[in-house]
Amino acid sequence: MTSDLIARLGEIVGPRYVSGHAEERYLYSMDQGTMPPAAPDAVVMPKNTEEVRQVVRLANELKTPVVPMGAGLVLSGLTRALKGGIIVDMKRMNHIIEVNPKSRYAVVEGGVSQGMLQAYLKKHHPELKHSMPDAPPIATLAGNVCIHGSGHLSVLGGSHSDMLTGMEVVLPTGEIVRTGSCSVAGQWFARSPLPDLSGLFMGWSGTTGIVTKLGIKLFPSYKHNDVLVFVAEDADLMPEIISRLTSTQVAEDMTPWMTPKPEWARGFLHINIAYGAHTKKELTFKRNLLQASVREYADQKIAGFLPLPPPQKGRFLKIPSPDLARFADLRKGGGFEYVGAIMAIEKFADAYRAGLAIAEKYQVSYSLGARIIGAGHCMMFFFAYAFNRADAEDVRRASDALEATNTAALDMGGIPWKAEEPAQKQIIEKMDPETFALMEKIRGVLDPNGIMNPGNWEK
Amino acid sequence: MHTKKTPIKFDPDLCVKCETTACLMNCQYIEFADRAEARAEKLKINEGKDSRVLHECLTCYACQEYCPFGNNPFYLLVERQEEKGILPAPKPIVEEQLRMMGPKGRLTKAPVSSPVVNMCTFPMLTGCVRGKLFEGASVIVGTDIFCNVMWLHFAKNSTIRERVPKMIDNIMSFYLSDADTNEMVCFHDECYGTYTSVADAYGIDVPFTPIHPFDFYNQRLDALKAHIKPLNAKIVYQRPCSNRLCPETDSTLDEIFEKIGADRVPRKYDRKTALCCGGVPRAHQRDEFADELVEKNIDDMLTTGATYCVFNCPFCMSTLGQEVADQGLMPILVSDLIQIALGD
Repeated sequence: MTSDLIARLGEIVGPRYVSGHAEERYLYSMDQGTMPPAAPDAVVMPKNTEEVRQVVRLANELKTPVVPMGAGLVLSGLTRALKGGIIVDMKRMNHIIEVNPKSRYAVVEGGVSQGMLQAYLKKHHPELKHSMPDAPPIATLAGNVCIHGSGHLSVLGGSHSDMLTGMEVVLPTGEIVRTGSCSVAGQWFARSPLPDLSGLFMGWSGTTGIVTKLGIKLFPSYKHNDVLVFVAEDADLMPEIISRLTSTQVAEDMTPWMTPKPEWARGFLHINIAYGAHTKKELTFKRNLLQASVREYADQKIAGFLPLPPPQKGRFLKIPSPDLARFADLRKGGGFEYVGAIMAIEKFADAYRAGLAIAEKYQVSYSLGARIIGAGHCMMFFFAYAFNRADAEDVRRASDALEATNTAALDMGGIPWKAEEPAQKQIIEKMDPETFALMEKIRGVLDPNGIMNPGNWEK
Repeated sequence: MHTKKTPIKFDPDLCVKCETTACLMNCQYIEFADRAEARAEKLKINEGKDSRVLHECLTCYACQEYCPFGNNPFYLLVERQEEKGILPAPKPIVEEQLRMMGPKGRLTKAPVSSPVVNMCTFPMLTGCVRGKLFEGASVIVGTDIFCNVMWLHFAKNSTIRERVPKMIDNIMSFYLSDADTNEMVCFHDECYGTYTSVADAYGIDVPFTPIHPFDFYNQRLDALKAHIKPLNAKIVYQRPCSNRLCPETDSTLDEIFEKIGADRVPRKYDRKTALCCGGVPRAHQRDEFADELVEKNIDDMLTTGATYCVFNCPFCMSTLGQEVADQGLMPILVSDLIQIALGD
């Protein structure tokens, strides 16, 4: 059956772009996180939407699972083939199709990476930028949108899924559909005012279709950029501080961070606040607004802005931030995973304390932080743990810590983000049964043969 | 173990007899209705009472220079701020920097030979120690030999008292005790101020001889006279707060500039009326005030037609360098300007 599958996939994409060899099956069986390997039967790399459609139709015919994959960097094992089948690696679909500078959107294929678009815009449209996540630049735009990712413009523009303007998707039954304005007008400027069908494909962990194109919002790229670092000692103040800072509506990105390394940072709560402007005068005006919003704390001498001379700001202005990558190698084994929980801002102190307690209990190297989404509408609070992949005991401790963190996040009213398969089950347990029933109904309609990334979002 | 605090060297009678109250009347950042008010505020400080000066002080060190009796008005002011818990900056900002700049115990004994150049906590500037100017120099650097004078900006005399003796001990035990010299060239004159002015006022023994960078450069230029190609350039000088602790060295800088053909163009905010670079008020959360200072200062620089903005203090250059560059002035350290004249 496997050799037949490989042969038939080869007929669709060409023999160079399909493999059932042990090497590929091994490499595609895992990501950098703690989830155990689950190998596919085949890996295929289509080059266009039609090839994706044919792969999906073949999978239906053979009743073989299909797992869509961007860069495979999700860390929570969502692109593992839990029930075998075909991993559809989208990296060959890497064309930037259109940039509309006036309506500020870009249309890209499903395998275009964050780094590709960033470089393209810098070269061809330096007045524009998109919201980069703090993932390695090879992470794909489609993957990040589909997991409701966030990034360096998330205070300004919300989650990356909020920045989506439309999609082209190959459904589990092989139809090619478009969502948003491109389904009517040919341009990719908005999802409204139509029924928002894009929601059928975001947050579903690849169980409802394969995104082959997407439109995303672009934003002004400023000539002048700055970052402020606010420092406090009392976690209970953080929700109000965040609320005040976001109320100014001038920040592009706000990322609280709490880490025991370097030693000087231990116990302090920092917030990096990035903002930009067309002129220095405008930049100063925005800085003054941000500072005025939390002046009360500085006057009370209980919190304030770290004095950073311009040369020291460079590391904080890098996009993506190099700090998480540095942390990922803290244990010198390349293992790194985190629970990112989407939660309300007022849960900040609870989340912080829970993270400290879990790190202490499981003796894991930790970094805690958050990315603020929108004008303080919610946050992605992350509990990151580094481990040495070559050290089984280290991996186990991190895995236990992650599980405990998922539980803690749910208990305090948060929702684990891009949840791995066990965490999905934890979420389902908490979910309104009617909501889950609707999810199952939708999936039953879209994917009657149950071929799309099975094992995810299942009881 | 309780260690008795050595009081700041200060004579209240000198203040009482003072007929000018120069320390406060010359202050560029706090206004007084008249000398009577300034004197009243000064006496409050002397007597350990609250004074608005303790709250409004920019901590620019200038009153140390203005005092005609060398009576350490600034050190006393900082002492009073700390006694009263009057924090110029928010506590977490101070506490985090205290840790950041604290000794790390990372030194290892290393042979050094004259001239030994102390780069304080500026490891990124060790490349400045090069060429004929610093021929044969040994460099020492790091938070384990940090002069710690910056705590004067944060009402932390206690930290100076606690850490400076340790730094001195480190300098001696790791470097100078086995060296061929008892002299240490301070790359930044804040270190020189520590081991001269601060040490004297706080009763801290210094077993080595600190050499001010200007004195070192000046002597080297005499030795390297044949190599000097005069710059024939106009310069403006950003005099730092640290130089207020050793004002006598400012005339040496004039000699240096003359030797290398740099014309220090007179301007409003140089010498005794030098303005703060803006870095410290930003730490005190007074960014808008810092902006005003920077604007006034650079506007003043631009009236001179100078090519270079010369810095003595690396922190001033870090704070102000980009701003002056944006306005067309080339930011440069004194040592690097000399290197240009020497062809290095």
